[in-house]
Amino acid sequence: MMKEKILAAIDKNSKVPAADLAIMLGTTEEEIISAVKEMEEEAIICGYPTLINWDKVQCERVTALIEVKVTPQRGLGFDKIAERIYKFDEVQSVYLMSGGFDLTVIISGRSMKEVASFVSEKLAPMEAILSTATHFVLKKYKEHGLPLIQKSQDERMLISP
Amino acid sequence: MRNPLSKTVVNIPPSGIRKFFDIVSEMKDAISLGVGEPDFDTPWHIREEGIYSLEKGKTFYTSNAGLKELKIEICNYLKRRYDLDYHYDKETMVTVGGSEAIDIALRAMLDPGDEVLIPQPSYVSYYPCTVLAGGTPVVIKLKEEDEFKLTKEQLLASITEKTKILILPFPNNPTGAIMDYHDLKEIADLIIEKDLFVISDEIYSELTYGQKHVSIASFPGLKERTIVINGFSKSYAMTGWRLGYAVGPAQIIEQMLKIHQFAIMCAPTNSQYAGVEALKHGDPDVEMMRDAYDNRRRYLVHALRNMGLECFEPFGAFYVFPSIKGLGMTSEEFATKLLMEEKVAVVPGTAFGECGEGFLRISYAYSIENLKIALERIEKFVRKYKN
Repeated sequence: MMKEKILAAIDKNSKVPAADLAIMLGTTEEEIISAVKEMEEEAIICGYPTLINWDKVQCERVTALIEVKVTPQRGLGFDKIAERIYKFDEVQSVYLMSGGFDLTVIISGRSMKEVASFVSEKLAPMEAILSTATHFVLKKYKEHGLPLIQKSQDERMLISP
Repeated sequence: MRNPLSKTVVNIPPSGIRKFFDIVSEMKDAISLGVGEPDFDTPWHIREEGIYSLEKGKTFYTSNAGLKELKIEICNYLKRRYDLDYHYDKETMVTVGGSEAIDIALRAMLDPGDEVLIPQPSYVSYYPCTVLAGGTPVVIKLKEEDEFKLTKEQLLASITEKTKILILPFPNNPTGAIMDYHDLKEIADLIIEKDLFVISDEIYSELTYGQKHVSIASFPGLKERTIVINGFSKSYAMTGWRLGYAVGPAQIIEQMLKIHQFAIMCAPTNSQYAGVEALKHGDPDVEMMRDAYDNRRRYLVHALRNMGLECFEPFGAFYVFPSIKGLGMTSEEFATKLLMEEKVAVVPGTAFGECGEGFLRISYAYSIENLKIALERIEKFVRKYKN
């Protein structure tokens, strides 16, 4: 129960200090620290990345979503091939899908050329891969439940009864 | 020229802290902990339903009492959440916010000379609405040592032969106090014995922490003499939509509806469609917001106590009501100085009745980040004036 509460509290903001969490959730700092540590060990909490809007930085970066059809391997299913794909540094996310294709692979690179060569040289030639379809991302609006825009001002009146 | 004004209206005292409100509105760069409305946007699926209703051309009046579909959902909701049984047709009406419901309930029930018991500190409209309805307001001063609950003794001491209505404003704005099952049970029999009617303003009913809200109307014999007022503003973050409702005995609702029909026609149509969506699918949103408020509540109470301000633990609404006694200032002085020196706006307790003197209303309808900055400034201020 406490673990779920902690997760809900840090889902959108991993920077909340343990001392503040303790007050907000009505427990002690020690308990928060040990619960978080446990969840890290159990890989419930897998990391604390920063949500960056790269479009606003002078830094070329391209993201593509690739639909991949694969042949599952006997005894291993899709896991083995998924692992072979996600081990590449360029790969941001890999999801097993229901429907018309098997894996969604999201990759990012410095340029379209870099992404294209990753697909044609690394991904497509893999034996288990039957086909790929690459879609480039043009603009990101929202990620991890958070809109990638500047926060709007508080429009409420300063004081109301 | 004759005096164009009504003596009744002119004689209603202007808000005691008007001056303070004026100063605040001039300060554009102040951080405010002074609002009485949620910081969340109305959940998107609810807004979307309002937009869709516009697209479909739902731009006409609804029936006076409100959309049938909405009234049915209101009754389902009251049953589901508070075990209250009301009939959608004769016992339910949709209003322009809870405020309209307060006004017309008083107007439908009062004759000149009837006394209305108003526990204070409480929301600002009960008193003037009583006066405008021709009634006589009788203030019950709630005490901090009772955690700002209404006790049986206080109630008994305030009842006269003329007492007709008791206003029950819980969960309470500004104190954050609630009346739980046992607190209400204490006064329930007395209300029946003295043949009083109750206007129970339960607009904050979804915002209680650690325990579920109990309605006075759920006690035996009380449904027949209670108007329950609720709405969408606080629970679904829908203040600007102006949507509320009242449920109660058919006899009273019928007369309230008469006033509503002549004065208002109906609540905004698009808001009503959005309201249907809120009641049907809004439970998870309410839960998310309640959890967030609860986290902030604990944080705020902790921080205020840490800086040496006495603060009873509130279990409802989104306000804390710390005491500033011992700092040698009135509530309004404190609020004004805090605004001038640290640019933080809070509301003096006196805005909600004389007995709010010595207290401040601090709202936690703000993000933790905002609260943190404001609290640092308040702490600096308190430290400076605490000897």
